[in-house]
This record gives sequence, structure tokens and C-alpha cells, in this order.
Amino acid sequence: MNAPAGFAIRARFKLDYPEFLLDVDLNLPGRGVTALFGASGSGKTTCLRAIAGLEHAPGGYLEVNGEVWQDDSRNLFIPTYRRPLGYVIQEAGLFSHLTVRRNLEYGMKRVPEPERRVSLAQSIKLLGIDHLLERMPQTLSTGESQRVGIARALATSPRILLMDEPLAALDVKRKSEILPYLERLHDELDIPLIYVSHAPDEVARLADNMVLLEHGRVLASGSPIDLMTRLDMPLAHGDAAEALILGTVSAQDIENHLTWVLFAGGLLALPYQEVEINQQVRVRIQARDVSLTLAQQQDTSILNILPAAVTGLSDDSPGQIMVGLDVGGTRILARITRKSSVNLGLALGKAVYAQIKGVAILK
Amino acid sequence: MLGDSSVAAITLTLKLATVTTAILLVIGTPVAWWLARTKSWWKGAVSAVVALPIVLPPTVIGFYLLVILGPNGPIGQFTQSMGLGVLPFTFAGLVVASVFYSLPFVVQPIQNAFEAMGERPLETAATLRASPLDTFFSVVLPMAKPGYLTAIVLGFAHTVGEFGVVLMIGGNIPDRTRVVSVQVYDHVEAMEYTQAHWLSAGMLAFSFVILLMLYVLNPTGRKK
Repeated sequence: MNAPAGFAIRARFKLDYPEFLLDVDLNLPGRGVTALFGASGSGKTTCLRAIAGLEHAPGGYLEVNGEVWQDDSRNLFIPTYRRPLGYVIQEAGLFSHLTVRRNLEYGMKRVPEPERRVSLAQSIKLLGIDHLLERMPQTLSTGESQRVGIARALATSPRILLMDEPLAALDVKRKSEILPYLERLHDELDIPLIYVSHAPDEVARLADNMVLLEHGRVLASGSPIDLMTRLDMPLAHGDAAEALILGTVSAQDIENHLTWVLFAGGLLALPYQEVEINQQVRVRIQARDVSLTLAQQQDTSILNILPAAVTGLSDDSPGQIMVGLDVGGTRILARITRKSSVNLGLALGKAVYAQIKGVAILK
Repeated sequence: MLGDSSVAAITLTLKLATVTTAILLVIGTPVAWWLARTKSWWKGAVSAVVALPIVLPPTVIGFYLLVILGPNGPIGQFTQSMGLGVLPFTFAGLVVASVFYSLPFVVQPIQNAFEAMGERPLETAATLRASPLDTFFSVVLPMAKPGYLTAIVLGFAHTVGEFGVVLMIGGNIPDRTRVVSVQVYDHVEAMEYTQAHWLSAGMLAFSFVILLMLYVLNPTGRKK
């Protein structure tokens, strides 16, 4: 991950309710997708609301791309409706008394003409909602509503997009319908996106940067590639633990229906995907799909076998160990049984072979 | 058929109900908004005062209004000092009494509509650059339309239907304070049953049509 050229979003909030504490000091890059990640009650939504100005954390400070939106030491608090932001919530929040088109126009009409950089047509096209314009919100599916909600926020030409679990209300199928649109936002518009989520798979797919929140405090922040494989982080544990790898498509093997991806640690064979040669891809390796051997197996059905060094061992669920591995400078995880770990005599620095059963391209 | 006095009474009644409803919408909206949003301790007290006319006998309300608005009452003294004279036994007095008497029937439906809406649409509008006032007119009012419809119909109908308060505060002055309900009472007192029938049947039909409109145009559970 490239280091951000300069931090563009500074947020310092402290809220002390009897049941809930939020105490964060964030430096976020002014571009790309930043995920605020944490369990429910970790304060991620409150944090997002405070950035939007929907929640006023007394004594707070907020600066977005050089503009100060809140500085209570100077008695400055710009109300939400004067902040050039887009806000998307779980249930889309479309106005039920307006058609889709009027919903889309609602925010755009209120932005002074010189400040409009995203046209209505552009946001309609980007979210693929052309055919829905004359419908009433009540007649839309949740996935369609969500797309309209995102387009509506976009049409205000926001200088920052805030999304509060925009996919949480959707089932897996709808989710996979919307994710590509979010990726297009990321790729085609230069609007920083702060994305609240508790779903590791969304973060893995979308985020360039992530902030881990726990009980209202920042546990860690950095690139998901780094945080997802750090054994001292909760993300690197449990059944869903996975490693992200950045690679380049090096060859398409039509005959064997395989796609080859080159990364710092070597070559990976993946089930065939419609991708261009030399295209940059994010590849996911789940910890439970990685097994370890001391010698390189020759007679095995597993295609992806990479030499690796053990960089860390950490207790996982009972009887399970999470092993941190270095594969040519890239970190991956292997989740194995404690017994296997003892049998193999795993220790820091030990050379092993990682047998990878499943690899998937995320984008 | 209807005599001149009855026509005058009907005209006066409709005028009273229209003026009262209009004033109530203006007064009732901020009251309903405050009641729907506030977390203040005063909410209970204000709600109770607003609801009083539902439970109090109209004669009791009329009596107190008469005292307060009368020459020696606090408001009476004020209106006199302003050179407006006293309100009882005038059309203005009837309006003031009706506004108080019909207040809950306008405030409560609007308040319910505001409460049902929740914070969500307000916050959404704010994130779409709408100022609070803009939000009120572009989101809150349209979304509360069913509540307003109910409030208008109930406020109007309730004002048309009042008797006790009107009699106490307005007396029975032809063309000035004699509304339909009082006129019916007069006819019955005078044993003019035919006229009483015409007016009463008219009121019955009117009330039925209004309530029918309310239930047909605004069925509960229409939204979503």
C-alpha cells in the first residue's frame, strides 16, 4: 500500500455517556476507502455521525481536506446541512413521498451550481438506476433502494462520502450486486469514502485503509493487508481470518482453466477468472485453507505450495493455533491444530511449506 | 325548509369552523412539533393542558373562559387596555373559545405524525443540504400530510359540533354568535320541530360525510 501523501481528515472526538465511551483521535487519508471496523458498540457509527455533524461531541475537532468543520475550542460547529458530505445509511432512508428522480434531485438542487461536480446523469449511470427513476421508493427492492441512496448522496458532489454499513441490510446475493458499484465509485471518483462495517469480507474487498475500533477506542489503524494478518489483532483470529495479497495477473491458462497471479512471494494458480493480463488484483487466502508441511510434497493435488517462514504463533480457538507466515515478504495466515503444531515442531523462524487449497480474486 | 335565521346560523358556523381550524393549524404545528421532539419535564404538563378539553364538561371551559376573558379577567383587562373591548358575546370570543376547545383534536394527530416520522428523515435531509426550515417544508409537512388531513377534519368538525362552550361564551346573538347547534336548541325550545329536523338532519349528514372522508381518504396503514 502506498503511504498516503498527507493526512487530510483529522478527527478528535470524545463522548462520555454512562453506558458508552468514544475517545478517538483519527488521522485519515483524504483519498481512497477507509473502513471503520469493529463489533457493534465499538463506536464506529457514532464516530461517523460525529464526522457528519449529526452527533456533537463537545470539545471535539474535525478537519476535512483543509476545512475545519468543528473546533469547539473556537466555538465552531458547522451544522450538517452546511457540510459538503454524502451520507448513506443501512436502510437507504429514501423520502417516501418523492419519486426516485425527485429523491435524487433533492440534494443536488440544494447545492450551488458552481459547486456541482458530479452530474445527476453521472450518478444515475454509475449506480445503474436509469430504469427506476419514475418509481416510488416503496416499490424498490432493498438493493435498488440502496443504490438510489448512494446515487442521491453522490449527486450532491460531496467532498467526502460517509457510509454506515450500506450493505448490512442486504442478503449475500444483493450484496454482491452492489459491491461492484461501490468499487466503481472507488475507481472512478476521487472522493474519499469512510465506510463503517463489521464484515471483514467487505473491508477486504473495498478498503485501502482501516481503523480498528474497540469499546470506543482506536485499537489500530493502517492498511487492511497489514492489520488482517497481525496476530495481536482480533481480525487475525477465528474461522474468518484471512490474508490479502496484492498481485498482478501474469498468465491465463485457458486449457487448464487457470489464472496465474504473480506476487512478491511467488506464483499462485487460481480458478480461471475474466481478468486482463497485467491487471492488478487483490487475492484472498483464508487461514483455514492453508496447511503446513516441513518438506515440499511432490505427490499432492494441491497446486499452490510456497516456501515460507514462521513469523508468529498465537492461540486461536481451543485446540487451534494461528500461524503467521512470511512468504517472500508477504504475510499470510495458517490455522492449524495445536497437535499439528507440536508434531511439526513449529517455532519462530522455522522454514515450512505452505499448501494453499483455496485462493480467490477479490477484484 | 330553512329560514333566513338558519342560513345565517349555518354561514356563521362554517365561518367559525374555518377560522378556528386555520388558527389551530398555525398554533398547533409548533405545539405538536415541540411535544413530539422535547425530552423536557414540561412535556407531560403541556400534553395534559392540551388534552383538558377532551375530558372537561364544555360548561366548565365556557365558565372559566368567560371569567378570564370577561371585563374583570386578566385577558379581558388586557383586551380592554388595547382598546379591543371584551371578547365574550362576540365572534372573536367564539373563535378564542373554539381554538382552545378544539386544540387537542388538531395537535394530537399532527403530533402523532411527527412522532411516527422519527429523526431519520430530518437527519437525511440535513445530509442533503436542507436547512431545518427547508426540511420542515420539503420533508416534514409532506410526510405528515395524513396527520394534517386528520387534524383539519377533526378540528373543523369538532368546532362545528360544539354547543356548551359556544352558549357560555357567545350567548345566542343572531348573526353574531348564534351557530347551528344553538339554533337547533332554540328551535326545540320553541317547539319548531320541522326547522329543528332540517338543521339536525343537515348536521348529521355533514358529520357523517366528513368522517367518511376521513376514513376513506386516510385509511390507517396506508403508508408502507
